Amino acid sequence: MSQIHTLTMPKWGLSMTEGRVDAWLKEPGQAINKGDEVLDVETDKISSSVEAPFSGVLRRQIARQDETLAVGALLGIVVEGDASEAEIDAVVEQFQAAFVPGAGAEEDLGPKPQKVELDGRVIRYFERGAGGIPLVLVHGFGGDLNNWLFNHPVLAAERRVIALDLPGHGESSKQLQRGDLDELSGVLLALLDHLDIAQAHLAGHSMGGAVSLNTARLAPQRVRSLSLIGSAGLGPEINGDYLQGFIEAGNRNALKAPLVQLFSNAELVNRQMLEDMLKYKRLEGVDDALRQLAATLFHAGRQQVDLRAVVQDARHPVLVIWGSHDAIIPAAHSQGLAAQVEILPGQAHMVQMEAAEQVNRLLLDFVQSH
Amino acid sequence: MARKISYQQAINEALAQEMRRDPSVFIMGEDVAGGAGAPGENDAWGGVLGVTKGLYHQFPGRVLDTPLSELGYVGAAVGAATCGVRPVCELMFVDFAGCCLDQILNQAAKFRYMFGGKAATPLVIRTMVGAGLRAAAQHSQMLTSLWTHIPGLKVVCPSSPYDAKGLLIQAIRDNDPVIFCEHKLLYSMQGDVPEELYSIPFGEANFLRDGKDVTLVSYGRTVNTAMDAARSLAGRGIDCEVIDLRTTSPLDEDSILESVEKTGRLVVIDEANPRCSMATDISALVAQKAFGALKAPIEMVTAPHTPVPFSDALEDLYIPYAAKIENAVLKLIEWSKRS
Repeated sequence: MSQIHTLTMPKWGLSMTEGRVDAWLKEPGQAINKGDEVLDVETDKISSSVEAPFSGVLRRQIARQDETLAVGALLGIVVEGDASEAEIDAVVEQFQAAFVPGAGAEEDLGPKPQKVELDGRVIRYFERGAGGIPLVLVHGFGGDLNNWLFNHPVLAAERRVIALDLPGHGESSKQLQRGDLDELSGVLLALLDHLDIAQAHLAGHSMGGAVSLNTARLAPQRVRSLSLIGSAGLGPEINGDYLQGFIEAGNRNALKAPLVQLFSNAELVNRQMLEDMLKYKRLEGVDDALRQLAATLFHAGRQQVDLRAVVQDARHPVLVIWGSHDAIIPAAHSQGLAAQVEILPGQAHMVQMEAAEQVNRLLLDFVQSH
Repeated sequence: MARKISYQQAINEALAQEMRRDPSVFIMGEDVAGGAGAPGENDAWGGVLGVTKGLYHQFPGRVLDTPLSELGYVGAAVGAATCGVRPVCELMFVDFAGCCLDQILNQAAKFRYMFGGKAATPLVIRTMVGAGLRAAAQHSQMLTSLWTHIPGLKVVCPSSPYDAKGLLIQAIRDNDPVIFCEHKLLYSMQGDVPEELYSIPFGEANFLRDGKDVTLVSYGRTVNTAMDAARSLAGRGIDCEVIDLRTTSPLDEDSILESVEKTGRLVVIDEANPRCSMATDISALVAQKAFGALKAPIEMVTAPHTPVPFSDALEDLYIPYAAKIENAVLKLIEWSKRS
């Protein structure tokens, strides 16, 4: 039997309303598999590839190159099995007649991040999906739950997935007490308690990897598995110039140089990303929080906490993902770990954003099997 | 967290949060409480357009209605600032500047200099600027360049609710006199504003749009007009960079020059009268320091050299509007094609 699928403009992150088609990566008539990158789309925040949520043959490219389209707009038609041109025409016509850009924008936002007060401070988290053993995503130094915008929806197709803003970050309270990993792990565990989660898969990026490792150390029974992406806590080296540059930067020119080091494609660091980051850095308490964390965890450009033993204990299954060209924490820290180690060639520190498709596949397979 | 509030609410929130944080901050001016200090919400109107509404009851004794004497109360605010408190003094309309200019021009702006750097005057003068409210020639002027001309003053003119809050907090914390110009037509503008305190440093322009063909520089309300023009021009394949100065003193020269070095074309949009204005100042800056980068003459879109008209139709033509900016941009593109 045949099925005509409509490929539509995805919504990456809460603020995306439209995207511009950069280039088609598949030709009409070409067979595509679920998860394949079909076209590149650019938003005011970032560019990325649209992945096919289904397999089949790309029969129509509806969106033209350089065209800007609203979220939910028709990009192309993928057909499983056989379908006549007339049948496809009918589907396209029906879709276009019913589609109103921005209509139901409120509902389109779907689930929204929530806030909860835990031990006297506000923590923001974003929950999507249902079922299975929950997966919790922990961002890195200076990041927030939006660091997972290309991962969260895909991962949530198969289970409940929660991303949080650590204290000092995003829209969580900015005040830190000690500014150490135990404090951050305490918040993570308090959130699990609040959400009634006895055990979770943890996926951490950079400093969030160290938080995940430390949480597994403090409360091993609460952690089902660990996925560590460009993770801290696995070796002494860290790019001190980056940290200092990021902390000190007060304007977009000063901020650009450190941020560019995070990505393999420097063009991703655009005006909007710089402005969003400056807005975060200007908030009262952020500067203190970042300096406190950097002093505790990464003093003088050296990582102060070694959590390799948590991996080597082999109490939890561990997946380690690293960009080979990570300029913040060297991929060499993955050597000799009792873990499934995946080095993504050419990728940099923000590998979960830049190589979202590969990272999603690795994460899905890993949590599925544990 | 960020939620949508108005420009007016953003200013009110900045005042309330800074007053809560720092007991030396207080508000004074004509009708800022409303009702001459009489109790009761009905009486506390909170300024002629309600910008300071609610503060009188939240901060007893710290929202002071003054007599209708700009010379007297602005002088009192200047004096108070030199004595270690942080007055936020409201000059209802900037058009009343003439009544108190000596206190600002010859006193507040000069103290740090005259007392060998030992005197600080942490004063904010909030004032309404701009046309569009059908308020005629004596309540509609854009006198930003008047202040910018005076060394010793810092001059701020926010274009959005986010900037209004962050720049006002910075103004209150600054140890020099700051003229904080609020465009009255922006009071109802909605935008994302974080609930938390934050401050935006002075002298840092904001890039609202990156573009390669033409640089549009403005400040205050016309930044939004420039953005409208840029969006419309984008549909015709012309890619404008839009720079919001945020503060006219200090002036972020580097950002203007950096952008013109890239685009080679400049349109300055200024709601003020054109003689000795930000428009002419920025044009001179670019002509002097980035002449080699220019591919076309500099264009200025400003009010004409007349008082603000009372007639609605004339007032609408007086204020720079998007089509006028678009025409200026197209003229530059045409010029480059011709030569």
